[in-house]
Amino acid sequence: MRPALLVAAAAAAALLAGCMEVEQTGAGPAKLGKYQGKPDTPAWNNAPLAQGPKWASGDRASWEAEIKQRQSAQNEYQRIERQ
Amino acid sequence: MARMKFLCDAERCIECNGCVTACKNENEVPWGVNRRRVVTINDGVIGAEKSISVACMHCSDAPCMAVCPVDCFYRTDDGVVLHDKDLCIGCGYCFYACPFGAPQFPQAGAFGLRGKMDKCTFCAGGPEPDRSEAEFKKYGRNRLAEGRLPACAEMCSTKALLGGDGDVIADIYRERTTRRNKGFEAWGWGTAYGAGNKGAAPAAGGKS
Repeated sequence: MRPALLVAAAAAAALLAGCMEVEQTGAGPAKLGKYQGKPDTPAWNNAPLAQGPKWASGDRASWEAEIKQRQSAQNEYQRIERQ
Repeated sequence: MARMKFLCDAERCIECNGCVTACKNENEVPWGVNRRRVVTINDGVIGAEKSISVACMHCSDAPCMAVCPVDCFYRTDDGVVLHDKDLCIGCGYCFYACPFGAPQFPQAGAFGLRGKMDKCTFCAGGPEPDRSEAEFKKYGRNRLAEGRLPACAEMCSTKALLGGDGDVIADIYRERTTRRNKGFEAWGWGTAYGAGNKGAAPAAGGKS
């Protein structure tokens, strides 16, 4: 009698396990206030295009130097005086 | 570390909508969605008309991020606020939270179906492989990964719209205001809210 009960309880537990809630994200259970989406790669990890600004791929400092020069070019007072 | 921001100089903006067009063209934004808009106050009043170009301001403490029920927002190392469209459920909470009306929702299909949120990405794409077709289709062009600044700022003919690191563009704006002979008075309460002569008629034609 007792083994039969144990088997029945185990079977019920196994069946209930199938009723678990499906995970909504690929990265495990959701954490409140934490980004749940896919990771993004930083801009400086890309190789520069054939034409346009140049920087060393993966080197953040060189990318930032390039983009800062581009930002400064928005100041036409400096741009004109440099010419 | 850069903090990417936009700054619009209302003294220079001529309401040409070049930034709006540049954004639509560069990112192939769907019909009915405007990631960037030009807002004009005192339209037609001589000397008092001012325009300003508005999009996502990439807030340092972004309210859209705080209210999102599925936590699909993230901030890049450059301070650009982006989101994952695969997670977005189109609930519209971010739209209500945003003080600039930046989040947009494409209206397509029957029953006014509201699609996934779309907003300015500072031309930084999204969480797909950089410069890939998938990234372009979902988020638009990733100009930062090309070493370029957002198309709207780079296309602005009067350079009213500045984009880039907050410190750099603030320096540019500060130099402009001092060259306009708006030294110290260009900063602070008086400039923002007036010198106390409430009800006075707006200046006609002159420098405001």
